[in-house]
Amino acid sequence: MAYEDDDPPLSLHLPRPISEPHLRLDPLSLSAPSAVRHGSRAESERLASSQPELADADARLVIVGDPGRTDPHLQLAGNAVRTAKYSPFTFLPRNLFEQFHRVAYVYFLVIAVLNQLPQLAVFGRGASVLPLAFVLLVTAVKDAYEDWRRHRSDRSENNRAASVVDSRDSQFRTKRWKDVRVGEVLKVFADETIPCDMVLLATSDPTGVAYVQTINLDGESNLKTRYAKQETTSRPIGDAHPFAAGLIRCERPNRNIYGFLANMEIDGKRVSLGPSNIILRGCELKNTAWAIGVAVYAGNETKVMLNSSGAPSKRSRLETHMNRETLLLSAVLITLCSVVSICNGIWLGKHRNDLELSQFFRKRDYSDSGENYNYYGIGMQVFFTFLMSVIVFQIMIPISLYISMELVRLGQAYFMIRDTNLYDESSNSKFQCRALNINEDLGQVKYVFSDKTGTLTENKMEFRCATIRGRDYSSGKVPLQDNGGTHSVLVGDRIWKPKMSVKTDPELVALLQSKVETEQGKQACEFFLALACCNTIVPLVVETADQKQKLIDYQGESPDEQALVYAAASYGFVLIERTSGHIVVDVRGDRQRYDVLGLHEFDSDRKRMSVIIGCPDKTVKLYVKGADISMFGVIQKTVNLDIIRATETSLNAYSSLGLRTLVIGMRKLSRNDFEEWQSAYENASTALIGRGRLLRAVASNVERDLHILGASGIEDKLQQGVPEAIESMRQADIKVWVLTGDKQETAISIGFSCKLLTSEMTQIVINSNSRESCKKSLQDAVAMSSKLAAISPDSENILRGTGSSRIALALVIDGNSLVYILETELEEELFKVATVCDVVLCCRVAPLQKAGIVALMKNRTDDMTLAIGDGANDVSMIQMADVGIGISGQEGRQAVMASDFAMGQFRFLVPLLLVHGHWNYQRMAYMILYNFYRNAVFVFILFWYVLYTAYSLTTAISEWSSVLYSVIYTALPTIVVGILDKDLSRRTLIKYPQLYRAGQRDERYNLKFFILTMMDSIWQSAAIFYIPYLAYRHSVVDVSSLGDLWTLAVVVLVNIHLAMDVFQWNWITHASIWGCIVATVICVIVIDSIWMLPGYWAIFHIMGTGLFWLCLLGIIIAGMLPHFTTKALTEYFMPNDIQIARELEKYQKNAATTSEIPMSTLSQLL
Amino acid sequence: MGDSTSPSDGPAEPRRKSKKPKYSRFTQQELPACKPLLTPMIVVTTFALIGIIFIPIGLASLSASEQVVEIVYQYDVDCIPEQSQNDKVAFIQSSVTNKTCTRTLTVPRHMDGPVHIYYELDNFYQNHRRYVKSRSDKQLRSKASEKVTTNCAPEATTSDGSVIVPCGLIAWSLFNDTYSFAIDSKTIEVNKKNIAWQSDKEHKFGNDVYPKNFQMGGLIGGAKLNASIPLSEQEDLIVWMRTAALPKFRKLYGRIETDLDANEQITVTIQNNYNTYSFEGKKKLVLSTTSWIGGKNDFLGTAYLTVGSLCLFLAMAFIVLYLLKPRTLGDPSYLSWNRNPDGHY
Repeated sequence: MAYEDDDPPLSLHLPRPISEPHLRLDPLSLSAPSAVRHGSRAESERLASSQPELADADARLVIVGDPGRTDPHLQLAGNAVRTAKYSPFTFLPRNLFEQFHRVAYVYFLVIAVLNQLPQLAVFGRGASVLPLAFVLLVTAVKDAYEDWRRHRSDRSENNRAASVVDSRDSQFRTKRWKDVRVGEVLKVFADETIPCDMVLLATSDPTGVAYVQTINLDGESNLKTRYAKQETTSRPIGDAHPFAAGLIRCERPNRNIYGFLANMEIDGKRVSLGPSNIILRGCELKNTAWAIGVAVYAGNETKVMLNSSGAPSKRSRLETHMNRETLLLSAVLITLCSVVSICNGIWLGKHRNDLELSQFFRKRDYSDSGENYNYYGIGMQVFFTFLMSVIVFQIMIPISLYISMELVRLGQAYFMIRDTNLYDESSNSKFQCRALNINEDLGQVKYVFSDKTGTLTENKMEFRCATIRGRDYSSGKVPLQDNGGTHSVLVGDRIWKPKMSVKTDPELVALLQSKVETEQGKQACEFFLALACCNTIVPLVVETADQKQKLIDYQGESPDEQALVYAAASYGFVLIERTSGHIVVDVRGDRQRYDVLGLHEFDSDRKRMSVIIGCPDKTVKLYVKGADISMFGVIQKTVNLDIIRATETSLNAYSSLGLRTLVIGMRKLSRNDFEEWQSAYENASTALIGRGRLLRAVASNVERDLHILGASGIEDKLQQGVPEAIESMRQADIKVWVLTGDKQETAISIGFSCKLLTSEMTQIVINSNSRESCKKSLQDAVAMSSKLAAISPDSENILRGTGSSRIALALVIDGNSLVYILETELEEELFKVATVCDVVLCCRVAPLQKAGIVALMKNRTDDMTLAIGDGANDVSMIQMADVGIGISGQEGRQAVMASDFAMGQFRFLVPLLLVHGHWNYQRMAYMILYNFYRNAVFVFILFWYVLYTAYSLTTAISEWSSVLYSVIYTALPTIVVGILDKDLSRRTLIKYPQLYRAGQRDERYNLKFFILTMMDSIWQSAAIFYIPYLAYRHSVVDVSSLGDLWTLAVVVLVNIHLAMDVFQWNWITHASIWGCIVATVICVIVIDSIWMLPGYWAIFHIMGTGLFWLCLLGIIIAGMLPHFTTKALTEYFMPNDIQIARELEKYQKNAATTSEIPMSTLSQLL
Repeated sequence: MGDSTSPSDGPAEPRRKSKKPKYSRFTQQELPACKPLLTPMIVVTTFALIGIIFIPIGLASLSASEQVVEIVYQYDVDCIPEQSQNDKVAFIQSSVTNKTCTRTLTVPRHMDGPVHIYYELDNFYQNHRRYVKSRSDKQLRSKASEKVTTNCAPEATTSDGSVIVPCGLIAWSLFNDTYSFAIDSKTIEVNKKNIAWQSDKEHKFGNDVYPKNFQMGGLIGGAKLNASIPLSEQEDLIVWMRTAALPKFRKLYGRIETDLDANEQITVTIQNNYNTYSFEGKKKLVLSTTSWIGGKNDFLGTAYLTVGSLCLFLAMAFIVLYLLKPRTLGDPSYLSWNRNPDGHY
């Protein structure tokens, strides 16, 4: 229930002041635009969400207290919930089915199957299936464990006890949750969890009020008020079944937790039911002894279950790029296989005549029938060779990469969650990683789309100033002293105090204390009474440590209202009690009871709410509060024009300070007026068709000819560190766009206060009401920006060295204009303008427009987009962006549920992107390249050897070693480095946000890098293969010994390659890299200790010779030489920013002591 | 993979305890670490060090290789009589032709005993996939597994189905040329003991496994085995079954335990039985001494010298480069946004 924020511009009753296209270029532009532009009427009607009506066809009928008749065929879902995916029987097939959705796994499966054919059996059965089985097993165990946990929680959830009316004897009996059925009447006691969605029938409160905490549902901790209908609360609760005759007609189950549409027929009367009459599964009953309700949705059809879908699956950009390289590698693989099979064909052709007699081929089986043995002619032989070579070279596509990436992301997520810098003290929330596959995208973000309220600002409202009767009271500086007594209330011998106090204006306090009788004083009283009454706040009395004191905690759904009620309390109008029928307000020590005769809740069409109050002096008053534009339309304009004008001036002043404004009005209702309203209201609220519309009409009808009381200014406090965060992101070349539902003035002022806008910027403002004017505005803007771009080179020359050299542009655009731009051909123009602007502010945008703007950038550029928001209105934007971040703060949990990452504060974006994002990207990029390289080296070694085996695909490296190569020999170090290595320290990355640009430019992973790495891998494989080949050319060496040498050489070399690229060595890195080499040696020794294998004892024989060690040393040095040389060259002579920053880090101390004298290089050398 | 929070274990917990992550150097990724940088000093030192280490090693291995005395004699063509040169395969396959061939070799330099006798085959793909797979290690090891001939085809069983021991192509193709040596008609003893690996003799080839039905098929692949000697004693077979890594390979035939003096004339009597003619294979007899580097091989020494001198050269080149284009390490003015104040690309 926010009043100004986050809703599209809707019904507006003021005549539109200006309707021509509006484009302003105002270099100084400190002045806010003088007039507010409004959307067209037609548009707002199109956008307006009129409440749908219930047709019988799509309604669910619930007969109260009779589950048998409600649901005779058991078609409705029972209350048992099932979040677990698998049962013991379906686990294996379903889990495998899900796992094989990955193309890579299918590839490996096909290869494993091919290998089982006798003609193609390259590896033994075990060795060929092992890697895939290992990967599948690990994933399956993980899935099974997760599912077991879900099973367990399902079971405990389903077996909880609920008190249900037994239809036979109308007694409450304990039943298990899973047995509860739709139509049954349940009783819930205080602090119990509600077992299913139920319509309230009665509560312990005689007026039928119940308070629920919805923290499980939407994360809001404050209490919400729910009402039972008067028609049902009055029934006696006894032995007789009181509700038997009721029939509830409600909408089908849906996931909207804020909406419910139903009506109830009881005693021939039809009563309408709304969201305030239903309590949802997962909520807890608070401050109410008991509540009775009838189950309408159960089990998986409850709103909480319908909302519990997992985070959307996204794919990281790096992974998309990686797939491109995977395709390239497949091409290389096919080339290698073709080369081998063609050579094999040529060899067979050349030796056609020798095959029969040569001992090593022996084409024919002489011992038996004399037929060919395992030989099918050259053509088939070539074909088989091709398939076999695919099997042999399969790890060119790294299977372990997929599982390594997941492990690395898991580790990265662990560190992000554990980072104390991402922990929010105030909301006690840790960083949450909801999506586990886009960690590295955080390092490449170019556009940040931010919501305003709750994201940039705290959404903790604080009353700052008021205008009463045109007079501005805004000098509130100090909170009133507690002992002043004006805002604490004596109840018996206890003192009740509001939980928070507000800075008060001394003049206003004086007015209320001494000059109540003046016209100004009366108005002020009415004003604060309106603030205290016209809301949906519930005061809760909380015990304190001090026996004599109790605190009043105002609970409500709207932070604005809370702020207003606290303000009223500070000025002596303390709201003490609220039921559905009356409120009690302590008016400066004098407790008064007001009857609440009617309440028109806030809706986004009217943009105001009103309450009809019966005062103790028997007068009936209507208090209205609402957004200024909607209020000025219903204020009596005939009198007090100067007051209205003065109020408007104050309002403009407030909004230019970034305050949220509300206008308060009232009207005394005559008896006639009231009766007229009452009958209209009753008709409307029981109407079957168009109820929502009718209620709105009733409200609009009574909310007219208002007498203006005044206006309030509420400060929407900026979150801590927002300006600094925005400055950092600007330096990091991240463009921040603010998308808000707020007014343009408020948006701009917030823009200034969070340093998004600066006074040097040129603002381009687009507010248009038609397609043509939009077009013109955009064209003007394009022209203007290109003109500025033409100027800037000169200015750059002049200003070189002074810092800002370019005229920065800021685009301010409103939702009305976007209506004509988004999804039309004008998008292209907007895109052009927006990309040249440094800052874009979109105000008055609807949730879907937010998503539209994100899509505009996402579809047109390759740049990574990030959306951050906290409310339900940001969900579509969060899901649309490449990376969606939810703020787990004041508003509900919906944004968090839709997000990929969730955190407590906007400023955490800086450590998240600049530090973790940078690290994640750098690590993942390196890991992917390294994995490609590592497997390619191995495959090329196999390939070189195949050239010397008559192309028959023998592998010198034992089959177990080739299987274990990527799983054990080289897997751990890359994972450890992928999780732990840091190119730069956190301090440096925060200090130089510019370092983030590396990720935006794809500096760490691109085609050039990939090709260089592949060339390096070819060189290294050649070194590994040919040095022993040439050294052992004429020797007695056997396959296994040479194979062991190659195995050890390749493992040592790739690990040393990794070691050379590690930025930071801590003990874990040391342990994993050197440990892995040792583990490999042990594995090779173990394999060579199995007498069954041909390589028995080979390793011991070859390790005993000096030649072996010389080869190993030679391989390492010769293999690493190119890599080392290029690394030394580029790092010194073509250093990138990261390299310089690393040096800075290392030599910081030196730099601090010795000044910037260029050091003599020679002295540096020596 | 998977969602981190399942709906049932949501934030149900009351807020009494802080969720603040515990601080540790590990979780904050602040473990003490060494951050190596490739400073000019390190680069030049590394190159120089490699050069300094590699060149002596290269020289040492070259000299070791130099000390090895090797006599290589290729006899495959030589030992075929003139009239059979056109059809070598028929000559070698025939059971009636006289395959003895006597030649004289001159010792070029003094050879210290023991002198190793090798046969060297070329173009013989002992690493061919069909070939390497065709053996049964189980059968070789114990009598109990005599019938395990799974991979031995096409030499698994005789035509009547009885098991061949040792089965498989490798054993079947056992090399069967023999050499005897004499100096001045005095026979030189050839020691054929301990030419195979001790580990193979003890654990891989059983002492209760005796050859059976061996070399009885239609095509004779190579040597026959004495059926009364267990496999663990058949050292020629054991040597042969250690299949060579490359198509050109040597295998140890035996040792001459005495020294051979320079310019001595050795008379070699070769029984040229083995058929390499069907696939244009070469056969050589090699007499060689050994050194710590193995046989005669100049490659490694040359390679070490090359790499060593390349590294020395690189060390020099880097010194020159560093002098020509000096750069202060960690100078912030090299940062791209400082070089290009605009900060945009």
